[in-house]
Amino acid sequence: MTSLPQGAPPKKLGLVIDLDVCVGCHACVINCKEWNTGGYGAALSDQDPYGADVSGAWLNRIHTFEVVPDGGQLVGEAGDARIVHFPKSCLHCDDAPCVTVCPTGASYKRAEDGIVLVDEDKCIGCGLCAWSCPYGAREMDLAAGVMKKCTLCVDRIYNETFELVDRVPACVRTCPANARHFGDFNDPSSDVSQMVAERGGMDLMPEQGTRPVNKYLPPRPRSVLADAAKTIPSAENTDAANGFFAWLDGVLEKI
Amino acid sequence: MHPALSVIMFTTLSGAGYGLAAMLGLGLLDPASWATKTAHVVALGLISAGLLSSTLHLGNPQRAWRAFSQWRSSWLSREGVLAILTFVPVLLNAINSIFIDIFIASTGLIAAMLSVATVYCTAMIYASLKSVDAWNTRLTPACYILFSLASGAVLASVFASFGAGSYPLLPLLGIFLLGAAWFAKWRWRSRLANGSSLSTPESATGLGHIGSVRLLERPHVNENYLTREMGFQVARKHAAKLATIAYLFGFWVPAALLLASALLFAEALAGSVLLTTLGLVALMAGIVTERWLFFAEAKHAVMNYYGG
Repeated sequence: MTSLPQGAPPKKLGLVIDLDVCVGCHACVINCKEWNTGGYGAALSDQDPYGADVSGAWLNRIHTFEVVPDGGQLVGEAGDARIVHFPKSCLHCDDAPCVTVCPTGASYKRAEDGIVLVDEDKCIGCGLCAWSCPYGAREMDLAAGVMKKCTLCVDRIYNETFELVDRVPACVRTCPANARHFGDFNDPSSDVSQMVAERGGMDLMPEQGTRPVNKYLPPRPRSVLADAAKTIPSAENTDAANGFFAWLDGVLEKI
Repeated sequence: MHPALSVIMFTTLSGAGYGLAAMLGLGLLDPASWATKTAHVVALGLISAGLLSSTLHLGNPQRAWRAFSQWRSSWLSREGVLAILTFVPVLLNAINSIFIDIFIASTGLIAAMLSVATVYCTAMIYASLKSVDAWNTRLTPACYILFSLASGAVLASVFASFGAGSYPLLPLLGIFLLGAAWFAKWRWRSRLANGSSLSTPESATGLGHIGSVRLLERPHVNENYLTREMGFQVARKHAAKLATIAYLFGFWVPAALLLASALLFAEALAGSVLLTTLGLVALMAGIVTERWLFFAEAKHAVMNYYGG
C-alpha cells in the first residue's frame, strides 16, 4: 500500500549529517555501494564499468559546494568563503512523495520505524518516484530495471548476529571523521536528537513539504584567520620569563 | 527533464485518441456512415497504441498489471485504472456504430466523460509533482485536456469531411478548441517564464545563511541516472525557436486550413478532405513539439545539487 502510515510511528530512524565535520573523503559512498551491492535486493549495477563512460546506481553521493558570503562574487572578496562537503542519501521523509506516487505499491514507508523501502519484486521501473523526489535520493538500476534507494541498511541495523557497534548503517560505521550519526529521532534522549537540539539541525528544502527525517548540522561559524594571529605567542615575547632568565633578559636588554 | 520519446508519443497519440472518442461520444458523427465506423476504429487504435508505447519505458513491463492497485494515492495508477474503464463505453459505442448503425447517448456521454477523466489523470501525474516547478500548476491538466479535445476535433473534422456528418460544424469547433488549448498553453508558458523556483541551491543545502551557494564538484565526473533523467538542456537553448514552431504548426497552420475548408466547401468534398488532413498533420507536428518542450523545459529541483 503506497499510502503513508497513519499516526506517529513508535520509532523514527534516520541520520544526522554534520556538515562541519565531513571532509569529503567519499569513504561512506564506497562502503554504501560495497554493502548494498551484496545486500538487500538486486546488486547495484554499473554500466560500462571499465570504459570511459562509466556510470551506475549509487545510494549515497557527496557533492562539494562553495559558499560565498553576500557581497562577494569571488572567493575571499567579502569575508571568508567556505568549502562544504555535502553527503546526500535518502532522507526517509515523513511525507515522502516517492511513496504516494508509486502505482504498484512497491514503494512504501514502514509503520514501525519510518524507513522508506522499495519492494523490488513489485517495482515496474517506471521512474516516477525518482521524479517526485526533490533530493535525487532514488536511482534506477539499469540492469535490473528496478528503483534503488538507501535502505538505512535495514539488513545491518536489526542484525543480531553483528556486534552492537556494527548495527548501524554502513556509511555511519565507516565515516573516519564521525560526520554521520544514526539513531531514533522519536527518543529525545538519543544522540541524534540531542545533536539536532544543540546544533540547530536543519531540514533540506523544507519548502517542498516532504518533512525529511534526516537532519543536517550546519557548519560552525569559523574564526577569522587574521584574528587568530594575535593570540599566537611571538618568539620575542619575554613577559613570562622569571628568576635568572628575567635578570638575564633585563641585562641583555640594557647592553 | 529528459523528454522520453515513448512518453511523448503516448501522451500525443492517446490524447488524440481520447479526444476523438469524446467527439464520437458526443454523437457529433453519423453512426451509420462508413467514415464514422472508421473513426471508431482509429480512436481505439490510437488509445491502444498510446497505452502500449507508455509501457516501453518501464524497467519491468511484465509487471505493469500491478500498476492498477494504488489508485487511492497514485495518479499514475488512477490513469491506468481509468484507461481500462474507458475502454468499455468506447468499445460499446464503436460496436453500436459499426454493427448496428446506432448511437446511444448515455453510452456516448459516459465514454466522453471517462475519456476526459483519463487525460486529466495523465496530466495530474505531472501536475502533482512539487519537485518540478513548471508542471506544478492547474494549467497543466487544462492544457492536456484542451489539447486532447482539440486534436480529437481536428481528427473528427477529417472524418466529417469524408461525409460522416457535422460538417462544417466540426472544423469550426476544432478552431475554437485549438484557440482555447493554445491560450492555456500561452498562460502556462508565461507562468514558466515569470515564475521563480520554489527551491534554490541555498535551500537545498541549508547553507544560505552563510552566503550564496554554488557547486564546486559533482559527486562523480560522469553523468548519472539523475543528471540524464532530470538535467536535459538541449531544448532550453532553443526553447524560443521551438515554441514558435509549436505555435505555428500547432495553431496557425491547422486553424487556417480548417477555416479555409469550412469557408470554401459548404459540403464534404475531396477539397475539404485535403485541407483538414493537412491541418491534422500540422497539428500533430505542433503537439509533438509542444510535448517535447513540456519535458525539456521543465527544471527539476534535484538540479540544485548538480549546478543547474
